[in-house]
Amino acid sequence: MTNIPETGRTPRVQIRLIVIQVLVLSLLGTLGGRLWYLQIREGAEYAKEASGNHVQQVVQPAVRGSILDARGVPLADNETRLVVSASRTELMKMKDDGEAVLTKLAGVLGMTPKEVKEKVRLCDAETPQPCWNGSPYQPIPITDEATPRQALQIRERAEDFPGITAEPQAVRRYPSPGKANTAQVLGYLSPVTDEEIQQAQDTDSPFLRSDQVGRSGLERQYDKALRGKAGVTRYEVDNLGRVIGQAESDAAQPGSNLVTSIDARVQRVAEYELNEAMKEARKAWDRNTQERYKADAGAVVVMEAKTGRIVAMASNPTYDPNAWVGGISAKDYRKLTGKSSNYPLLNRAIQGQAAPGSIFKVVSTAAAVQAGYDFDGRYECSSAYSVGGQVFKNFESQNHGAIDLGRALEVSCDTVYYRLAHSEWKKDGGIDPKGRPNDWFYKAAHQFGLGKETGIDLPNEVTGRVPDREWKQRYWEANKDAWCRTGKKDGDYVERISYENCLEGNKMRAGDEINYSIGQGDTLVTPIQMAGIYAAISNGGTLYAPTVGKAVISPDGKKVTEIKPKANGRLPVSGQTLAQMDEALAGVATRGTAAWRFGGWPQDEIPMHAKTGTAEVYGKQTTSWFATYTDDYAIVMTISQGGTGSGASGPAVRNIYDALYGVSDDGTIEPRNALLPTPQKELPKIQTDGSITAPKLPKDVAKEQKAKQKAPGGATEQQQAAAATVPSPETGNRQTRRRGRAGRRRGGPRLGSRRPGSSRQESRRTQS
Amino acid sequence: MTGVNSFQVSGYGPERAGWARLFARDGMARRLDWPILLAALALSLIGSVLVFSATRNRTDINQGDPYYFFFRHLLNTGIGLALMAGTVWLGHRTLRTAVPFLYGASVFLILMVLTPLGSTVNGAHSWIVIGGGFSLQPSEFVKVTIILGMAMLLAARVDAGDKQYPDHRTVLQALGLAAVPALIVLLMPDLGSVMVMVVIVLGVLLASGASNRWIFGLIGTGTAGALAVWQLGILDEYQINRFAAFANPELDPAGVGYNTNQARIAIGSGGLTGSGLFQGSQTTGQFVPEQQTDFVFTVAGEELGFVGGGLIIVLLGVVLWRACRIARETSDLYGTIVAAGIVAWFAFQAFENIGMTLGIMPVTGLPLPFVSYGGSSMFAVWVAVGLLQSIRVQRPMSA
Repeated sequence: MTNIPETGRTPRVQIRLIVIQVLVLSLLGTLGGRLWYLQIREGAEYAKEASGNHVQQVVQPAVRGSILDARGVPLADNETRLVVSASRTELMKMKDDGEAVLTKLAGVLGMTPKEVKEKVRLCDAETPQPCWNGSPYQPIPITDEATPRQALQIRERAEDFPGITAEPQAVRRYPSPGKANTAQVLGYLSPVTDEEIQQAQDTDSPFLRSDQVGRSGLERQYDKALRGKAGVTRYEVDNLGRVIGQAESDAAQPGSNLVTSIDARVQRVAEYELNEAMKEARKAWDRNTQERYKADAGAVVVMEAKTGRIVAMASNPTYDPNAWVGGISAKDYRKLTGKSSNYPLLNRAIQGQAAPGSIFKVVSTAAAVQAGYDFDGRYECSSAYSVGGQVFKNFESQNHGAIDLGRALEVSCDTVYYRLAHSEWKKDGGIDPKGRPNDWFYKAAHQFGLGKETGIDLPNEVTGRVPDREWKQRYWEANKDAWCRTGKKDGDYVERISYENCLEGNKMRAGDEINYSIGQGDTLVTPIQMAGIYAAISNGGTLYAPTVGKAVISPDGKKVTEIKPKANGRLPVSGQTLAQMDEALAGVATRGTAAWRFGGWPQDEIPMHAKTGTAEVYGKQTTSWFATYTDDYAIVMTISQGGTGSGASGPAVRNIYDALYGVSDDGTIEPRNALLPTPQKELPKIQTDGSITAPKLPKDVAKEQKAKQKAPGGATEQQQAAAATVPSPETGNRQTRRRGRAGRRRGGPRLGSRRPGSSRQESRRTQS
Repeated sequence: MTGVNSFQVSGYGPERAGWARLFARDGMARRLDWPILLAALALSLIGSVLVFSATRNRTDINQGDPYYFFFRHLLNTGIGLALMAGTVWLGHRTLRTAVPFLYGASVFLILMVLTPLGSTVNGAHSWIVIGGGFSLQPSEFVKVTIILGMAMLLAARVDAGDKQYPDHRTVLQALGLAAVPALIVLLMPDLGSVMVMVVIVLGVLLASGASNRWIFGLIGTGTAGALAVWQLGILDEYQINRFAAFANPELDPAGVGYNTNQARIAIGSGGLTGSGLFQGSQTTGQFVPEQQTDFVFTVAGEELGFVGGGLIIVLLGVVLWRACRIARETSDLYGTIVAAGIVAWFAFQAFENIGMTLGIMPVTGLPLPFVSYGGSSMFAVWVAVGLLQSIRVQRPMSA
């Protein structure tokens, strides 16, 4: 048709139009490419994120498993409380955000509407407590102390209380059967933290916001087994949290029960006796410090000698674990953890460490035999032993003449061990050993399991300390700067010690090894370590990793997972030496330092073995140690700043044995009164419905036991009282004169250690 | 071609009935650019479904009627079609005479926005509420009038045959004409619309054949200005963060970063075929703000997947491709400039809108042409389609 020329079309414009077209297409291509990248390449990733975006979980908490004693008596269980909760999701659907309902509810519960509303509001940066810091999709508890009447009112008028539920719920309870409180062993629970939720997110047992987590003791150690699995219902929600569909739901699985080897009755007796012993010790006069003993802390461990299982474990000061239930108050928390609290949360049986004093001599004896000294050899028990002008005295400067190692244990002769240690020190090359020193005494301590955890199934056990060459080197490197700064050659006592330490604190000095040989100086042990050692001597030499847990039993009782005793190793002692030591320790109980505490003990029926120890701590009063065992049990008690071993701890340990074996005050055995003459073997039975058949316990086992023990044997009240009490200050503490003498005794510069110390044995012989 | 045809083309043939004439071999209907029309219509209809999906549960804004936005979107599309028809009927050449008036009216309207008559939506003071649930966003119309105004100025002497290219004076006038409304819009502040206007100016100048110096000068000035604003600390850090949050949502996690994140999650989770219409949990859960307007593309991404999102991009491609052809094939510079301006406008606005949902462009309040819910925007883009059609219809038939 007509050829109208295309006017105005210059090449420049044409080219530019093509440029525009290309640009436009490349922009669209970019979009397409990016769309492909997001949807096809990374699509799966985003799909996952999207599903996390709009699913909310509502949790039905699992009932926590009980912690039972060896016979099934619950030490920790759950009680049912009527919990009134409000569902925010429901309340927010109402026109007034549920205000009217909450006000009405406050009336029923006898609370003010303000109180109720504060419980239901969500925590954020500007909202002070009280507020709810859990998931807003979770029913928010308003009270867990509703009366049945209140619960009934709410339920019967459900239409008046939309979104409000009143339901029985399981709440943790520590019932203290027979007054056995077992606080530090059981531990406690507190709400899970954000951090823990994060950490456990991708594990097979993730936390839920509402979870309570075991914080210490068995509650923590066996948390996973006890916790069970919470039921979860997942809802799809929109961006404002309104539910738009239910996705899936899993029912809650209750936690398993933990059966322990603890016997609630023995536990109560142990706690009671420990506390009584400390009370008595506080009445006693310490002539060294010129004040009464402080007896500020103590612990006792009752262990099955053949298995390492813990029958009782008490730590003092103690507390009521129920304080943690339902959230601890700030006041209670301060009381438990504040500076002036003396830290009752600590389980001093595994977390308290002190120099062992003479109960350490079993280690030194074994070391000496290992080093080649004959057990039956003759060793001079002089009244003093001097090294380079420094005099180490025997306790009360007694002189027993030449005796064998057994007798040395029996009378707790320090100078025998001083000699042995010093001669070994010289053999090892003195202050500058050539080559590898034998270090028999230190090696033995390690072989006895000291200086490391026993591996008990309780968290945060401490290691104690063996002050060997490696430790000295490390310690010196860490402290030499401070020592060298403060040390003065002619300064006061502390300054002189610092001066010496600065010069040669990394070296093993004669005094170090001499002090160490009787469990003094820098040596630290825990009661559980010593209980394990004495149990091993009893059972023929096997060191067990102590256990409290005995079995984990499923809630229906069908699945039983036993926790078997595990051996840590053997004592580095031959069978013969062990037998000799065993005999010597029996001697301690019958004619040695502990004999006055075991007067009238039926030694033929129940052979008793014991070792006393009184450890000195610089700047503090002496630590009382008492380590004992029979064929079935080992009991170790310690009281910090409590006085002498047999003096402070003796009667208490005797009383625990009396209760275990049913020994009356006159020394007759009354089987009916025996709490546990042989360790509990069978596990308690848990029915398929979850109920547990457990024996009933009296209100206070300790008091009842006391009464029983004196009745059948015909012991009078006075006798009973006399037997149960520590000696009066006058007699009891003659044994522990200390500092004055100690100072004189070690007149010269202290070569020994940072903490000068020496062990002391009770001199008192109840005759023989 | 036969003589009969040429006779009819000249318009002096015997009168025929309206419909017959419209669909005659050389009739208006036959000369329309159907691909553009159909693609634009498809985009509008897809938009209505997406808007419906995004709003059917939004009881807070849909006044209890799940179909409220759906029908309004269809109504807007209908009005848009009518505006297109009107534009074609009048013809862009006829409209040329009305350009000064239209330009003046649109500038007057955006000035009104700055008076108390204007209202603020989402931080931009760019609306005039008319009442009865209606409101106007005059900056949408300004985009059209800037194109028309600049085209009129730039093409006047070239189309008259006086010059081959617009001279500097004319270019300066044209720039001034665009700068006045652009500055007003910047005051609102509606940065997104200003960006579109700058791109339109660029496209218009390119198509007008203006000297390269103008093109590069404009780009250079823009870059230098942006750098200056950034470096001299004229903006607060949070403003920069908000701008940059598209690339790193953590810079503004509760604001723009949230949008970006949720938009990306919505689109990314769509996969190849999407979760199915009305099945998108991000959409149903209302996790993406402004989803029926600026973020409407996320609905397509999530519920229709790569297939649906790709279709929208392809349909936009069809519109832009055909518009480019129209620009190249029309005989007068006026038509070329108008078509090129519209191409620049649509292309940039679509790229910016989809790009921000995909996390490759900063988040600004720009609607996706045809698809996003919004009357003013819908009317403006359909008028633009009308202009394109008119340019095509009125161009001389090529052999």
